[in-house]
Amino acid sequence: MRLRWALADGWTITLRDLKHWAAQPWQIVFGLLFSVMLVLMFGYLFGGAIEVPGGGDYREFLLPGMFATTMLFGLEATYTAVTTDADRGVTDRFRAMPIAGSAVVVGRATADMLNSLLTLAAMVACGLAVGWRWHEGIGAALGAFGLLLLLRFALLWLGIWLALVLRSPEALMALQVLVWPLGFLSNVYVSPETMPGWLGALAEWNPLSATVGAARELFGNPGWGGDSWVAQHTTLMAVAWPALLVAIFFPLSVRAYQRLSR
Amino acid sequence: MASDLAVQVEGLHKRYGEKPALDGFDLDVRAGTVHGLLGPNGAGKTTAVRVLATLLRADGGRALVAGYDVSRQPAHVRERIGLVGQHAAVDEVLGGRDNLVMFGRLFHLGKREAGRRADHLLERFGLADAAGKPVKRYSGGMRRRLDLAASLILRPAVLFLDEPTTGLDPRGRNEVWAAVRALVADGTTVLLTTQYLDEADQLASRISVLDHGRVVAGGTPDELKSRIGGDRLDVVVRADADLAGAAAVLKGLADAEPEVDPDSRRVSAPVRDRVAALTEAVRILAARGIAVEDIALRRPTLDEVFLRTTEVAG
Ligand SMILES: Nc1ncnc2c1ncn2[C@@H]1O[C@H](COP(=O)(O)OP(=O)(O)OP(=O)(O)O)[C@@H](O)[C@H]1O
Ligand SMILES: [Mg+2]
Repeated sequence: MRLRWALADGWTITLRDLKHWAAQPWQIVFGLLFSVMLVLMFGYLFGGAIEVPGGGDYREFLLPGMFATTMLFGLEATYTAVTTDADRGVTDRFRAMPIAGSAVVVGRATADMLNSLLTLAAMVACGLAVGWRWHEGIGAALGAFGLLLLLRFALLWLGIWLALVLRSPEALMALQVLVWPLGFLSNVYVSPETMPGWLGALAEWNPLSATVGAARELFGNPGWGGDSWVAQHTTLMAVAWPALLVAIFFPLSVRAYQRLSR
Repeated sequence: MASDLAVQVEGLHKRYGEKPALDGFDLDVRAGTVHGLLGPNGAGKTTAVRVLATLLRADGGRALVAGYDVSRQPAHVRERIGLVGQHAAVDEVLGGRDNLVMFGRLFHLGKREAGRRADHLLERFGLADAAGKPVKRYSGGMRRRLDLAASLILRPAVLFLDEPTTGLDPRGRNEVWAAVRALVADGTTVLLTTQYLDEADQLASRISVLDHGRVVAGGTPDELKSRIGGDRLDVVVRADADLAGAAAVLKGLADAEPEVDPDSRRVSAPVRDRVAALTEAVRILAARGIAVEDIALRRPTLDEVFLRTTEVAG
């Protein structure tokens, strides 16, 4: 009974986000346009400047990285949504109502995952339009999409935790300082092997690199390869990293939510 | 516990770091009444309301709301309260009706019932015309009323209002006051915090004055006002030399020693019968040839209330 209400309430809160989309369709449109613009910008502007490993098509190489970077940037959306609610007192209203705290979180998580799914679909469509393809069959491709969404799911908890701890919508800038290097210090654009030693190691161990490496493999798109252990085990790491992130930040988020009453 | 008490608080303590926000806070609120919690910035009003609304855990003491212990039975408390926080807690993007339906659904009303309740509340708070408009385009007063409506979906036994009119223009203030009065007529118990004596006076049947986390004075508005001297008569003289003369005149009319502020050439004193005091003052001042720049009756400011209550208490 309690679980049923938690799910029903979670869905009500998800619906609220869906209604936001309906009320501000341009926001969704601009969000999607931004992703599409990234694909076009990197695909055509910088396309010539980067040597693709194995001499493959540059956009084939690029797209899995763009998908994953978009999942990473989803962190900012989660952060903004949670801090805005806390700031406006909406979180307090929820907490003073007879609904489970988990319902609020389930609602947030579902809405963000739906949003990411939509964004990913738009990017895939755009990728297909500029010549990106998957080559290892639909099963492997679905596996790659699954890994991308898994990364998003893991980052969701990091976003919720950060929002509950920092509690300030203004701190988004600070968050971007954290997120953007994570996006570039990876195997998305440049081979970690060409970076200075410790930077390269950092880039290889970046959770984003694991997901990107695994996705390239599963899509059958060109990638950097690499001799290090992580570079050889991207699929394993693309599961292990998100699992670790969830294991850390899910309990931390729950604790931070409970600590709001301190 | 006495069953006619909707809120019963004993010795509540809450500290942030070293600093106590609530320091032995006691409160009894009779069911079906409006109780005003009056205090200056930082007195602990919001902290008290947050503890009572189960949002914040107290460090010590006991609080019962609608008969349930806020720390041990928070779920029962939440089913019986409404909370209007210091800032309107509604979804800015959604329209007023969508907001109320969402909160209604979260209170586990059926879809149809949630819609009906939303329409009823919009009608009642004069928001029916703006039902579909996004809340970010509402005026401050409309937002507050929507906030109130959202808190009333389940017809709560106890409603907490934390400074419901702070930041509103006079019109918004009147709108909210009217809404609160209508609620009380329905039998809801209201605990209202405010920084304004006249607001507590307008709405509350009993007032507790809060300062530094504890109640320093309490009673009906009339009791409190007579204790703190009711209205004040201010006289501003034209010449510094007349200050002493004006003070002597007011001393004869007031219940307490007049306060003299040489910088603004103002003499101020609490008076009981306001109109008689004013006309007498004008007459005597004119008779003695004291040139007056300004003379006015006014309500005591909160500072004066606190000066007096801490004097009375200490
Ligand atoms: N989260 C917090 N962390 C630290 N100190 C706090 C916190 N919340 C409140 N305080 C302090 O506790 C005291 C009481 O604050 P509270 O907000 O309850 O006062 P208030 O009467 O509601 O004031 P206001 O009229 O400004 O709303 C203040 O000194 C405030 O600085
Ligand atoms: Mg306050």
